Amino acid sequence: MAAAADLKFAMGELSETFEKQTGMKVNVTYGASGNFFSQLQNGAPFDLFFSADIEYPRKLEAAGLTEPVTLYKYAIGRIVIWTPADAQVDVTKKGWNALLDASVEKIAIANPERAPYGRAAVAALQKAGIYESVKPKLVYGENISQAAQFVQSGNAQAGIVAKSLAVSPAMRGGKRWEIPAEMHPALEQGAVILKDAKNKDAARAFLEFVKSDSGRATLSKYGFEIPDNLKQAEKR
Amino acid sequence: MEALWLSTKLAASVMVILLAIGMPVAYWLAYSSWRGKFLVESVVALPLVLPPTVLGFYALVAMGPRGPLGKLWIALFGHGLAFTFGGLILASVLYSFPFAVQPLIVSFEGVDRRLLDASAVLGAGSVRTFLRVILPLSLPGVITAAVLSFAHTLGEFGVVLMVGGNLAGVTRTVSIDIYDHVQSLEYGEANRMALVLLVISFAVLSVVYAVNRRVWMPWAAK
Repeated sequence: MAAAADLKFAMGELSETFEKQTGMKVNVTYGASGNFFSQLQNGAPFDLFFSADIEYPRKLEAAGLTEPVTLYKYAIGRIVIWTPADAQVDVTKKGWNALLDASVEKIAIANPERAPYGRAAVAALQKAGIYESVKPKLVYGENISQAAQFVQSGNAQAGIVAKSLAVSPAMRGGKRWEIPAEMHPALEQGAVILKDAKNKDAARAFLEFVKSDSGRATLSKYGFEIPDNLKQAEKR
Repeated sequence: MEALWLSTKLAASVMVILLAIGMPVAYWLAYSSWRGKFLVESVVALPLVLPPTVLGFYALVAMGPRGPLGKLWIALFGHGLAFTFGGLILASVLYSFPFAVQPLIVSFEGVDRRLLDASAVLGAGSVRTFLRVILPLSLPGVITAAVLSFAHTLGEFGVVLMVGGNLAGVTRTVSIDIYDHVQSLEYGEANRMALVLLVISFAVLSVVYAVNRRVWMPWAAK
């Protein structure tokens, strides 16, 4: 399975539960959705693709590279401003203004050119009217995980990261402020089974598991919102 | 071609720094008779073996506010070292270190010991001997060291990816730029930049091998 970087912890738990329940092994590779999109167009041997942006699976479907009727919007992502616990400015109190503080020299975001979370971060910064002011401070991570790593290691004093990473064990101890969903285009995350998948039945079983109450509860736990339209399979 | 200029600046700076610090290290390794020399040689050769991402990652941690280097830098300059051109220079110097030092060692060791003895007998101190005897005779090695550190830094990717932050004009080197274009499916642009880099790298390497094969001897004008 190719999974978006923001699924690191949620997918870890999902696959563990799935393995326990069914005995089928799950091999997950995490990375930027844009990278996987390129690789899949060039025949990368994945069975399932869990993208952070539903556009990539949609494009693969249009190119005829996917199993019909398997496209599924499994979650809606959220972004937060995150700082380590010992940051000089309190983002929970100041929200956007924290990024303008002098103690924040570098702000890490994912690369907006190919990471959905990076694009959402830029959109939200523009909506908040501070994009031009903070642009000199921005540093770009390869994907949302590297952006999180830049800020978690202290090299960047603040970052706009996926909520799913911010609530994970590694980053839970920091301070976060949730960016209102209306400030950026919805981070619709979609999954699809690949046409050349070698293990289609197992892939279908996993997708069903993700759609189940147990799967959705796990995704919720990691800060994802579950789209309430149950007829996901037919959504185009 | 901002990225190419940035990469060239980085490669040139690293080449100069590596020659400056590489020569004393190579001199010591070539002429010292300390039995623990092999340990130092192994440390020097480590960047050849370690994945660039490992080097880059630990460089990032060391440069961070909790790392030893980071703390010192912030105390001296008030801001961090990561995501700056200076940070890239530091990481590249570490990464290309063996590429400078090893050719220098080989060249220094290749100088006929009798010439060094003769120089000492005639009253020349070690600095004078180095400048007048060892260095001129080691010119192929110095040129190789210079050219290889330049070329190796020009092609660097993994280390820059880990510590750079991809800032245009500051840390977006040509290898990162090509990667960006590929990931954005802009293959035409990626191909163009890759071709330029290929041609430059080939020219640079041709210099190394021409000198080593005595095809071209820049010092022969004496």
